[in-house]
Amino acid sequence: MDHLDELEAQSVYILREAYRSFKDMVMLWSIGKDSTVLLWLARKAFLGHVPFPLMHVDTCFKIPEMIEYRDHFAKQWNINMIVGKNVEALENKRTFPDGNCSRIECCTALKSEALKHTLSGQWPRWVLDHKSGEYVIQKDPVSFTGVIVGARADEEGSRSKERYFSPRDKHSDWDVGDQPPELWNQFKTDFAPGTHVRIHPLLDWTELNIWEYIERENIPIVDLYFDKGEGKRYRSLGCFPCTTPVESTATTISEMIEELKSGKFANIAERSGREQDKEDGDGLETLRRRGYM
Amino acid sequence: METTIKKQENKASLEQMNIVVIGHVDHGKSTVVGRLLADTNSLPKGKLEDVKDRCRRSARPFEYAFLLDALKDEQSQGITIDSARCFFKSKKRSYIIIDAPGHIEFLKNMISGAARAEAAVLVIDAKEGVQENSRRHGYLLSILGVKQVLVLVNKLDLVDYSQQKFEAIRDEYSDFLKQINTVPLGFVPVSARDGVNIVGDSPKTSWYNGNSLLDLLDSFAKEPKPVDMPLRLPLQDVYKFTEQGDDRRVFAGRVETGKIRCGDEVVFLPSGKKSKVSSIEAFNADKKDISVAGESMGITLEKQIYVQSGEVMCRSDQVVAQVASQIKVNIFWMGNQPMIKGKRYKLKLATSRVPVWLRSVENVLDASDLTTDTTKQQIERHDVAECIIETVKPLAFDLTQEIAQMGRFVIIDNYEIAGGGVILDKVDTRRDRIDDRVEQRERNWERSNITPSMREARNKQRSTLVLVTGEVDTGKIDFAKALEQEFFESGRQVYYLGLSNSLLGIDPGIDIAGERDEQIRRLGEISHLFTDAGIILITSLSDADDFEVDMIKKLNQPSDCVVVNVGQNRFVTSKVDLQLETLDNIPHAIARVGEHLKKKEYLVEYHL
Repeated sequence: MDHLDELEAQSVYILREAYRSFKDMVMLWSIGKDSTVLLWLARKAFLGHVPFPLMHVDTCFKIPEMIEYRDHFAKQWNINMIVGKNVEALENKRTFPDGNCSRIECCTALKSEALKHTLSGQWPRWVLDHKSGEYVIQKDPVSFTGVIVGARADEEGSRSKERYFSPRDKHSDWDVGDQPPELWNQFKTDFAPGTHVRIHPLLDWTELNIWEYIERENIPIVDLYFDKGEGKRYRSLGCFPCTTPVESTATTISEMIEELKSGKFANIAERSGREQDKEDGDGLETLRRRGYM
Repeated sequence: METTIKKQENKASLEQMNIVVIGHVDHGKSTVVGRLLADTNSLPKGKLEDVKDRCRRSARPFEYAFLLDALKDEQSQGITIDSARCFFKSKKRSYIIIDAPGHIEFLKNMISGAARAEAAVLVIDAKEGVQENSRRHGYLLSILGVKQVLVLVNKLDLVDYSQQKFEAIRDEYSDFLKQINTVPLGFVPVSARDGVNIVGDSPKTSWYNGNSLLDLLDSFAKEPKPVDMPLRLPLQDVYKFTEQGDDRRVFAGRVETGKIRCGDEVVFLPSGKKSKVSSIEAFNADKKDISVAGESMGITLEKQIYVQSGEVMCRSDQVVAQVASQIKVNIFWMGNQPMIKGKRYKLKLATSRVPVWLRSVENVLDASDLTTDTTKQQIERHDVAECIIETVKPLAFDLTQEIAQMGRFVIIDNYEIAGGGVILDKVDTRRDRIDDRVEQRERNWERSNITPSMREARNKQRSTLVLVTGEVDTGKIDFAKALEQEFFESGRQVYYLGLSNSLLGIDPGIDIAGERDEQIRRLGEISHLFTDAGIILITSLSDADDFEVDMIKKLNQPSDCVVVNVGQNRFVTSKVDLQLETLDNIPHAIARVGEHLKKKEYLVEYHL
């Protein structure tokens, strides 16, 4: 077994433990490379099937190719696809691109709040109807108690302290100082009513591992990651007003891997193109304590 | 051809090793890791300047630890609260360095970090010397199964790089490690603050001839995958995605040890059910006919058997796992409430999850000084105790020294992982808590003037429990009710007990889904009341296994229990008294039960 095989085996083990332990479980799919690898690993774990729904929180400021890509593969892989959004903030233009709040406030409203209330079923959910190919309002949404997320420990300081199974209380708060012990592949699979658990099967993967695995498995990935002749590509995907492409001419995955290993990105943080992280000194920790993924 | 060669080259992902850095609070663990990352150029560009800059702005002296203590609380308190994972590469391999907290308050975080490590670096402050948690952490490593340890004597700059000071600590700590049978890879004199002996050697410790931390990390050995041990494949789940048009019945799990091939005869423990491997299944991978330790995989079986997640698949041609319900263990406790006798906990070992009780405490160890207490009868936070625990059903396991992966477990108390432990021995005993209970019950049972034989004579029947077992949705409940009606109409003293009725009223608070063992115990006790009253009691129980039937029979003593099984007989050891293939013809099925009860003289017919 090489290193990628080991990472894959551990992630599959975690996904299967999660599936066994949580009746109402959902996987978050941001359309980015990490959660797409996560989706692929679910198909590995369940032999080609995805036996739980996938959820995408749409800020409505996503790069359009991301939505096309999402719907294409949701249909092709027979995925139970759920979409949620902060209708109120969008209608009242309480967003950063509309000039009415800061980046962090915008992230909080369109992502963290939307996520929290879509997970709990308090806000409407749209589900993909495979017959018509359209999204329709979901009737009687359940509250999800297990949420699978593609966070990686190497992304940022606070993520390096996560557990594979990480409990959140009623308010989606993360008590970083009092996390459950996790040993010998025994995870927190018992939880009090009202709490939910986030599951992080990719915690031990690095950005490089993700690309190596995408290449090895030939996973279809949204083409925004590649240069299309302008000398620019995205290294990390988000909303277009807050995500800037990086200067790079990589058109294939091998070229990207080369950039990460020894080339221009070998020592540059992955989220350096994400503006919300820079707003206060601890942007991502602040966001994560409030329920950001 | 060209593409295959390219793939090989690209597979350059280095081997990876997880290392934990542990030791007493403030002995400089985070500084060691911070320095290691900085001096090997492993930090993202700008990170070091960034943190230095932030320190300048808040008028605090820069420390390498700030590179790691990423949380706001950690930076403001100057301690590490939770284990952090850092990634870095040497020429030899890539590492995940787990920086564990040293404060006793965060011991469970240290344990989480150490339990996933293959080797440990233990840091001792040269000025403060060996402290409580230097010893406690060292001891816990031995229980956690981390065998490779390197000791750093840090902050030598504070003692003028004194060789004597270094040697005194080395000798004291070596003695301690000897007591717990741990041989360290070495002791290194370092100053993380000044970067001495972290990456290269230094003139400041010219008296030291050994290697630097970085070189010694590379000398840790990667443990080989336990491929050559007997097969242990704990079953995680059984999948059938029929709705997606997939008819495979896949038994999924990770091979912990050994290897498995198509065609191998296998046995599942504790149930003892047997079958043969038909295929190894995977998605987006080449078809294989062998799977080895470390792989998360799925198989199909030739003969369809009913086994549940938590069982352990072993090969019939190898030494199989042990099975027992009482085991002698070493437990370290992290819970806020102590572990006490008479309380129901949950044990998780590999993929099994089973209720467990503390039966007796042999001794309790204080891991910070290795003193033992043989009088304590409960296990408090941070205690390490040798004790006997008892599971509600037999457990499949191995001793920790034989197959570590199958000899370690955690204990859940009130939704939380509150303890971890390793299995030292199997306890050979036929007596379990049910026997104890029944014996106590029989001893204290207040008896009336009416004897069982008087009831028999009056009722013209000998009391028994008729237990209808089998798969769900086979019509067992309707059948059991029809049986009651038939007997009632023919003048018998009979009663049908719905399983859930045993929970309503007596204790409506019980969580029906999660506590099947307690449901079954109550069923057994209530059966005992009815059969003691001379009645023929009828009840049904879906998906009962051997251990559950045993438990009901024991509790229902001294009366008998007649097992009527519907459909596939999934028992291995339990005797089925009457086997009914279907319940399509209820009158016929009733007649067969009637005949059986007459033949066995439960229903007495009078002939003058």
